[in-house]
Amino acid sequence: MTARFRRLVETDRPPVALTIDGVAVTALAGDTLMVAMLTNGDALRSSEFAALEPSDGRRAGFCLMVACQDCWVWSAGGERLRACSTPVQNGMSISTQQPEATWANLA
Amino acid sequence: MGQSRVIIVGAGPAGVRAAAAVVRAGLRPIVIDEGARAGGQIYRRPPENFTRSHEELYGTEAERARAIHEDFAAIADGIDYRPETLVWNVADGHVWTARDGETQAIPYDALIVCSGASDRVAPIKGWQAAGCYSLGGAQIALKAQGCAIGHQVIFLGSGPLLYLAAAQYVKAGAQVAAVLDTSPFWLRVKAAPKLAAMPGLLWQGVKLLGDLKRAGVPVLTGVTPVEIEGDPQTGVSGVRVRHKGAVRHFTGDAVAMGWHVKPEAQIADLARATFAFDPATRQWLPQTDADGRAGNALYLGGDGARVLGARSAEVTGELAAMAALADLGLSVDMDRRRWLLAEKANYARFAKGLSQAFPWPHELVAAIPDEAIVCRCEAVTAATLRASVSTAHAQEANRAKSFSRVGMGRCQGRYCGHASAEIIAAARSVTLEKTGRLRGQAPVKPIPVALKRNDI
Repeated sequence: MTARFRRLVETDRPPVALTIDGVAVTALAGDTLMVAMLTNGDALRSSEFAALEPSDGRRAGFCLMVACQDCWVWSAGGERLRACSTPVQNGMSISTQQPEATWANLA
Repeated sequence: MGQSRVIIVGAGPAGVRAAAAVVRAGLRPIVIDEGARAGGQIYRRPPENFTRSHEELYGTEAERARAIHEDFAAIADGIDYRPETLVWNVADGHVWTARDGETQAIPYDALIVCSGASDRVAPIKGWQAAGCYSLGGAQIALKAQGCAIGHQVIFLGSGPLLYLAAAQYVKAGAQVAAVLDTSPFWLRVKAAPKLAAMPGLLWQGVKLLGDLKRAGVPVLTGVTPVEIEGDPQTGVSGVRVRHKGAVRHFTGDAVAMGWHVKPEAQIADLARATFAFDPATRQWLPQTDADGRAGNALYLGGDGARVLGARSAEVTGELAAMAALADLGLSVDMDRRRWLLAEKANYARFAKGLSQAFPWPHELVAAIPDEAIVCRCEAVTAATLRASVSTAHAQEANRAKSFSRVGMGRCQGRYCGHASAEIIAAARSVTLEKTGRLRGQAPVKPIPVALKRNDI
């Protein structure tokens, strides 16, 4: 999958291994979860409102400063994580789907 | 009764200067920082294993950034520093914090809020597409993580940060497809006398423009955004704008958008600051006296009170702390205060020039097409918002929010509030002031339901 973010500098950092929806990927120590995910793919999650028209579809965050709450992802245990403020850690297992019941789709 | 209890919210330039002043007065303040390391957003530091120097990270502001970081480190033993801690409410003389699944109610005698600012964004048709980021966010990606937000980045908006962030991207080796400024160039010329209040900063701005042009980046002023093109699955693919009567298209996979910043005034609101409408910048601002007193043992400093920039934040943060100390019966240096007030006045003059040179594009916002999304949290369109005014007879911002849910999503109106007020005012043909302002609500950011109370 295409990476959304592009690393420009400070790439000489030790690798960190994690899984995103069960797929093993590599990030760098010191990455936020957002950077770890968006250098390995082009989105963080799907919108609950994606079925509406116009669709906001897949989400990739917006503010990077803990204000917009657009970058929520989930740990394997179901804990909600804000990807822009959560440091990546070795062995993390991340889900881009809310593990529990999803909202009713009334569209 | 022991020592006076002072709480400082924020550890950017204003919070750090406030903390230093309180420590100098012999008190031990609690400093609550949502970030992991002091510096705020402007002097935000990468994680500890990053190696870029202050010069590489902060350019012309390297010395100021270093001073903020070092001065904060120097007072570490004199303060109770609480990083990665959210203030989610202020009520009955207590600040409510959240960290690691626990919440505390902390009493105070003086509360100094230096909560900083966030991007002021105008909704553009298509801005919900993945790959569209706030301008501040684009800068944070580079500063704190060494990344560009995309492989070909389009900068759209107005204000000095538009040029600064774009020039920083170019310098770091990113591809910048275009810089698209909604403000016409002649407004800059007209504002020049006020901008001359800070000749150094004015010169920096001129130099940035030169850097961009030398790098071959198209810089267009006076554009009218038409659409951010993209796909719900794959995200941003380009931007269309009108410029000098023609439609121009720029290809890119990322957009950095912003029109200056605006105060993060939610905590001040919960602490019962009064707000007044500022016609010059078309927004409601918390009211303080010249020193930063907002009443009820509340003091405001930095851009969280009024956006005057990072340099001014150091001045107003210290002033707010001195006001708090004086009200607690401690002596303050009146010569120092006079000097700080004069500095603040100069920054205010410069900020006024900036708001005239790079205005908030309120006519564009009021005229956005019905099908454009206003609320990025819940994909609510301008049509739905306008219907809440016309069909449901919502007379002001909070009513329209109830009917349309614009302002009720996870960002709690941070990124739609200013725009929705413009749209409501236009739909009702009334002044912006008459639409009122979205009330602050606790919690100011989402917190887990399962927070455990643990007062110390």
